[in-house]
Amino acid sequence: MTIDQSRSTRREVDRNRLTPAPPTESYLGMPAFPKGVKSELGNQQLRRNLRHATTTIRGKRAMRQAEVHNWQEMRTAAEQIKNRVGRHLDHYLIQAEEKMTAAGITVHWARDAEEANRIVVDITKSKNTDEVVKIKSMATQETDLNEALEEAGIAAWETDLAELIVQMGHDKPSHILVPAIHRNRSEVREIFLDEMGNWGAPAPADISDDPPELANAARLHLREKFLRAEVGISGGNFIVADTGSLVIVESEGNGRMCLTLPETLISVVGIEKLVPTFDDLEVFLRLLPRSSTGERMNPYTSIWTGVTEGDGPQDLHVVLLDNGRTKVLEDPVGREALRCIRCSACMNVCPVYERVGGHAYGSVYPGPIGSILTPQLRGVSSPIDQSLPFASSLCGACDEVCPVKIPISDILVHMRHKVVEYKKGKRPIPTGERVLFKGLGWMMAKGNRLAGAQTFTKTAGKLFKRKQYIGPIPIPGYAANWTNARDIPMPPAQTFRDWWAEREDTK
Amino acid sequence: MSAREEILRRIRGATRDIKVKDPVADVAVDWVYGQPTPLDDVVDTFIENIEDYKARITRSEASSTGQAIVDALDELGATTVLVPDGIDAGWVAALEAGGKTIVRDTALSHYELSDTDAVLTGARVAAADSGTICLDHDDTQGRRALTLVPDRHVCVVREDQVVSDIPEALIRLKPAVEARRPITWISGGSATSDIELDRVEGVHGPRQLFVVLEA
Repeated sequence: MTIDQSRSTRREVDRNRLTPAPPTESYLGMPAFPKGVKSELGNQQLRRNLRHATTTIRGKRAMRQAEVHNWQEMRTAAEQIKNRVGRHLDHYLIQAEEKMTAAGITVHWARDAEEANRIVVDITKSKNTDEVVKIKSMATQETDLNEALEEAGIAAWETDLAELIVQMGHDKPSHILVPAIHRNRSEVREIFLDEMGNWGAPAPADISDDPPELANAARLHLREKFLRAEVGISGGNFIVADTGSLVIVESEGNGRMCLTLPETLISVVGIEKLVPTFDDLEVFLRLLPRSSTGERMNPYTSIWTGVTEGDGPQDLHVVLLDNGRTKVLEDPVGREALRCIRCSACMNVCPVYERVGGHAYGSVYPGPIGSILTPQLRGVSSPIDQSLPFASSLCGACDEVCPVKIPISDILVHMRHKVVEYKKGKRPIPTGERVLFKGLGWMMAKGNRLAGAQTFTKTAGKLFKRKQYIGPIPIPGYAANWTNARDIPMPPAQTFRDWWAEREDTK
Repeated sequence: MSAREEILRRIRGATRDIKVKDPVADVAVDWVYGQPTPLDDVVDTFIENIEDYKARITRSEASSTGQAIVDALDELGATTVLVPDGIDAGWVAALEAGGKTIVRDTALSHYELSDTDAVLTGARVAAADSGTICLDHDDTQGRRALTLVPDRHVCVVREDQVVSDIPEALIRLKPAVEARRPITWISGGSATSDIELDRVEGVHGPRQLFVVLEA
């Protein structure tokens, strides 16, 4: 998918649709990562937008982390609390269900995306309404709920500013926290001018590209939708097992609108989103905003514990979503990814993400966390999912910032192994790559074999003494793929073994 | 098999390797809950952080809070003021004397709330280190829509309600959760950073927050 696509398709309004049509391409049909990034890397505007945004947010996050005297202890606590939940998920889910039900919430369980969407569609239909307002939610993006609602004749309106930009732009999100990070202000202005009037209150005709003016256009456009909506749909940042409370953190107030004004609220929440106790929130609600937006606290946090008479929705539903999470849980190494609280710090520090953006990851979860989570949630049978664990230089910057201490690079390596094993199972005849690595493995397994190989590199080093780097190799294949893009130093004329032996001799 | 049974069965299968069945015994959590965060001055930090969010804050003696509220509303350009039932009668008298139109929450519609200039509330507790005001929607704060739909929010916080940080605040919020009352945390006015990560104050919630800090 090219980023500029939607701008060039200044499309006629499709009168058969209730909401702006998203791109037709499905995530699973996307090419492998190295192919997919080609167009992104060639898009100067996109790279400028991304560099600006990720640099800003990285700086803010680092500053907010430095302010907290016990940040590392807090990360460790978050890791432990989330491990406790993940390792005993059945226990906490049953407890949460019991508490939520007692507080007047109807709890549903969904094995997969389709089941979750069906539950939401059925509840909405029973309310005799043809629209819903939505809080930004990763779970409902994962299930592609908006399109399921559209098919059922229900318009789903995204109300987060960035999600609105994405929806109005017939686009896909490219970041889990700021989904329109790939758009700059003038692109947003164009989208609002072109599209808002087709779906409700238009943007003021004389609007400039000043962010406050653009935010005000969103306020005007959405206000009528908030005030009249009968059904709200949300995800959830946390469910507190011991009280049955739901927690949503946000900035704009669109979340509060959606979960306060409609009569019915349906929250679709991944089964891993639990914390054991209300007290545990002191850890997560300090880690999350500082890690995600680089603020001491996000502007609004809502916590609700069932139905309150005379205040907010009187009909509350929670859909507990599996959709592959139990598959992730099966892998003792990979399951650590389930601690993720969707802060996006890992993508903001990732040198790969900064250059290619979120679209090439072929999933609603881009960046480092997406590279370990997506192939676990969906399995490694498609080309895109097989390529994701390799979409990393293993620099480890993500490991350092993750507020719940997910060892992302370790899991990346683990997933690479799983991909290789999967391919081995599918292709009994070894590929050139496999033969090469087998050979390397054999050579490095014993000291004397490595020493033997080094006599060869030593000779090469002596032969090309004046050359500093191996330049591009003109023979196509694995070697050229490497050398064409990297400066590889020439092997040294003296190996470490030789140097060591010499040193011992002169002692 | 129901979805519930199926998912629980999958979880139990996936965690077969975990032998210790008691969650607390299986994973220790090395954290001391409810600790204060060391701050030079709790109240000063609170004021600084509220201002950092581009919200306004003014200090008042208990005897002059009513007037401070009227001044705040004047500064915000608000005439009609939504007043929850539990608001101090002295403040209400000051509002009337200050020429404000009092609006009571007689099950007002969303549209009526939207047409009101401002809302005046108290608070439950505030956390200085993050500049967070916590509402538990008792009768000094009213139902959630009151502090959401009107465009301006004047919030009176007493100095003895300001604690160092979130852990101490959660302790004071516990009774509300146990009573199943909703809770809202407000850290500055509504804001967004969705366009080029440029912070813009004021989107859907009250675009202006004015805190009156009472001694």
